[in-house]
Amino acid sequence: MTRFLARRLGYLLVTLLVTSLLIFLITQLLPGDVARVILGREASEPALQALRERLGLTRPAPVQYLTWLVAFLRGDWGTSFATEQAIRPLVLERLGNSLMLAGLTLAIAVPLAIALGVAAALRAGRWPDAVISVASLAVVGLPEFVTGLVLIEVFAFRLRWLPANASIAPEAGFLEALPMLILPALTATLVLLAYIARLTRASVLEELGRAYVRTAVLKGLPPRVVLVRHVLRNALLPTVTVVAISVGWLISGLIVVENVFNYPGLGRLLTFAIDRRDVPLLQAISLVAVLAFALANLVADVLYAVLNPRIRLG
Amino acid sequence: MAYGPGAGVLALRDVDLDVAPGTAVGLVGESGSGKSTLALAALRFLPGDGRVVRGRVELGGVALDGLSSAALRDLWRRRVRLVPQDPLASLNPSLTVGRQVAEGLAGDPAGRDGEGTAGASPRGDRARDAVRALLASVGLADAARVAASYPHQLSGGMQQRVAIAMALGGAPELLVMDEPTTNLDVTTEATVLDLVRDLRERHGTAVLYVSHSLAVVARTCDRVAVLYAGELVEDAPVAELYRRPLHPYTRGLLDSLPRVGQDRRAEPLRPIEGRIPEAHARPPGCVFADRCPVAIERCHAERPALDDAAPGRRVRCHRWPEIAAGTLDPRRPAEPPARAHDALAPDGDAPALSVRSLSKRYPLARGAWAALRRRPARAVRALEDASLEVWRGRTLGLVGESGSGKSTLARCVVGLTVPTAGEVALAGARLAPRLEHRYRARLGELQMVFQNSGEALNPYLTVGESLARPLRRLAGARSGGEIEARVRSLLEAVHLPAAFAARVPGELSGGEQQRVAIARALATEPCVLVFDESVSGLDVSVQAGILDLLTRLQDERHGAYAFISHDLAVVAYLADDIAVMHLGRVVESGPASAVLRPPYHPYTEALLSAVPTLDPDGQAERVRLTGDAPSPVDLPPGCPFHTRCPRSLGELCEREAPPWRRDASGKTVACHIPLEELVTAQVPLFADAGDAGAGPAAEGAAP
Repeated sequence: MTRFLARRLGYLLVTLLVTSLLIFLITQLLPGDVARVILGREASEPALQALRERLGLTRPAPVQYLTWLVAFLRGDWGTSFATEQAIRPLVLERLGNSLMLAGLTLAIAVPLAIALGVAAALRAGRWPDAVISVASLAVVGLPEFVTGLVLIEVFAFRLRWLPANASIAPEAGFLEALPMLILPALTATLVLLAYIARLTRASVLEELGRAYVRTAVLKGLPPRVVLVRHVLRNALLPTVTVVAISVGWLISGLIVVENVFNYPGLGRLLTFAIDRRDVPLLQAISLVAVLAFALANLVADVLYAVLNPRIRLG
Repeated sequence: MAYGPGAGVLALRDVDLDVAPGTAVGLVGESGSGKSTLALAALRFLPGDGRVVRGRVELGGVALDGLSSAALRDLWRRRVRLVPQDPLASLNPSLTVGRQVAEGLAGDPAGRDGEGTAGASPRGDRARDAVRALLASVGLADAARVAASYPHQLSGGMQQRVAIAMALGGAPELLVMDEPTTNLDVTTEATVLDLVRDLRERHGTAVLYVSHSLAVVARTCDRVAVLYAGELVEDAPVAELYRRPLHPYTRGLLDSLPRVGQDRRAEPLRPIEGRIPEAHARPPGCVFADRCPVAIERCHAERPALDDAAPGRRVRCHRWPEIAAGTLDPRRPAEPPARAHDALAPDGDAPALSVRSLSKRYPLARGAWAALRRRPARAVRALEDASLEVWRGRTLGLVGESGSGKSTLARCVVGLTVPTAGEVALAGARLAPRLEHRYRARLGELQMVFQNSGEALNPYLTVGESLARPLRRLAGARSGGEIEARVRSLLEAVHLPAAFAARVPGELSGGEQQRVAIARALATEPCVLVFDESVSGLDVSVQAGILDLLTRLQDERHGAYAFISHDLAVVAYLADDIAVMHLGRVVESGPASAVLRPPYHPYTEALLSAVPTLDPDGQAERVRLTGDAPSPVDLPPGCPFHTRCPRSLGELCEREAPPWRRDASGKTVACHIPLEELVTAQVPLFADAGDAGAGPAAEGAAP
């Protein structure tokens, strides 16, 4: 197990190194001249050149990459071109917001999806299964801006239960922010729900057909014990993996949801950075997002090994 | 009892069967006979869409119909238990063995932990002790360690013992065992069968033992019920059934089983022709009439009743009185004996296939630390210095437990696996170790038939296309007409109708698929054919047909066969020479008649002792192996068999590799014990082994 962990951590580092290089190269290839973006169309050529030199854009690319990487590792993530603020506190604050939203989404989506998946599997081929399958597929087919707007229309404007705008203040605590988080979390839940529920349904069905389930039933165990102790223990293994991986998406991929609700998460910061050609900000966000994905994958692998003795004990 | 799914297909029809306390009833039949359905129905466990149409199950005289689900659970918990076929699949992979055994204890309806909660409560302690006692009672020595293990950490034999212990936890009145030894090595099977016998005597449990093997049933049961196409066709005490079967199907099953010492040319097996009818297409008369060698018009028209032929004997056949009186022989007339064949005369001066000092090691991944300290890489020794010869017109049988290196050897011979050392020669000419380096013109001379031909044949190619490919690529057939003619003659050679050329493998039965695979291997007219467990997994009647086919093909074509099987009876029947393998090494080899007679290598002796034979009473003194074979990574020094050898000499065997000893019969044995000493210590395990010329056994006698 220790060796397994060490190897996975090694992979993680290599992944981060390779992606940091990719991120750097891609941002270099972005069209447009950063200096002109910052100084505006009317800027004179000497002023532009001075800025380029101040930003280090005239040095060879490998040197730029290395200085950027080393500075990043030392905690100096640079200054945003667009806002001229230090990048690190900004990104970390947004990351905290994203984690909060991701946590709430998972807290709603995972139990609900597993319950629906198990319910569908236990009644496979009968009407509850059909209803769950069709409904979850129908919802997943809708884009987030549609489901988000419908939720806003119903819960914010008609029922007036929840706020439509989720632009939480930077100093707001979780409980304070909670009412504003619910609608975005529900929207993200609808995206994940069908996927996790269908996966759970498929693996529960598969496990139900296995011989060890028959063994458990023929020991005279109550159905609840058979389901929880025997079936779910094995059937939820793939679900655990998928949930862990989806954390990566929840942290940095909720661009549409965050924009619809005006939520100050990483996703919206990313669109902002792209909009303004704010290269240092873009690089920092990308690297944080990659780190989130990679860590989520690592957690998924480790969880799978911990829960599965066939992997853990070889 | 009649049983069938809602759609109206009856899986079982009018079966009734009693199992008395403390006795074991064997339920035998080929695949499709309904035996597993009956076994589960006896437990009142019906798969999703099945229901009992008519009939009932009684336990201790009380009917088990209409039980509430809670009552049914109580029945399963405390009164009837199942020992399943595949123990690994039947144990939960994510729970420790101890926990799974503990939750099967009869007294505890919630199923408490057997380990992990040690000392948490007096109840947990009691459960843990009960689990350990159960595991010990089925012969698992280190019960505490086994209880803390997960199923995949145990060997197949240990898994099956755990499954038995789990069933015994309910202290059941009825134990249903569904093919409990089918996937086990013959040596492990023997110890499990001994265990079943012992349990029955100690606990007075009634056992319903389901098996496809008449020989296994003969060893464990008092009575045998023969099931065919969902009907009970014969039910008799074991000894009488084997001595004097009354139903032609039972006779056919017995005649399909090779017994050690039977000569394949003088006394070929008599397979049952045809196929078992499917449940929805049962004939109106006797279900067996279409395949019965002595069916008369009445058999096709009128369904026979289950008659009481004698006290304790029942049979469902119109003609049993004639068979019982001895006026009717229910056997299929045997094929005329193959032409006189001098099996002992090898032709040609070089062996068709020779394997010299072949070794295959799979290095294990070495940690960075071990590599830095220059520790030698450890390796799995799959094959170690194995040498063999196969001559034209002869069959070499390769036997050994799983992990003995039989299949690795076969794969090295055909070039699918590259050996670490040693060489393979065809008719004296060395072959390149890698398949892609071998001359294409020579590939056709060496062909292989795999175990599962359903998977070895491309499911999307018709039989004709599968056969045409080797003809075109390796045998140089060009024109469409020539290929078509040769496909037809190949199908004819394996006794399949020419129309099969247009079918895909999915439309064929297991036996037919195996015939196609053999035809495919024959397409290039190879001089050497390697069969890797090619008849394992087939029903005995189908297997008998394939074995006869191989014998005939060899007589016609004079091929050299290397035949790998874990089934010693099959190997003894088919082989002219036998090589016994243990942990990647050949430990004994020589002419079959010599290998089957003492002096045996102690490992051969144990293997032969483990072969279940049909003779229910005349079992010679048995040698049993205890424990598992050592790991092929950390082989003990000296003779690798010494850890399990019942005849080990002690220090000498532990220290030095055994020498090769040769006797007058031409066989060689790798053992420290001189052959003269072995021969006086050992008893012949098969009375007629090797006396091939003695001719068929007396009519009607127990084979």
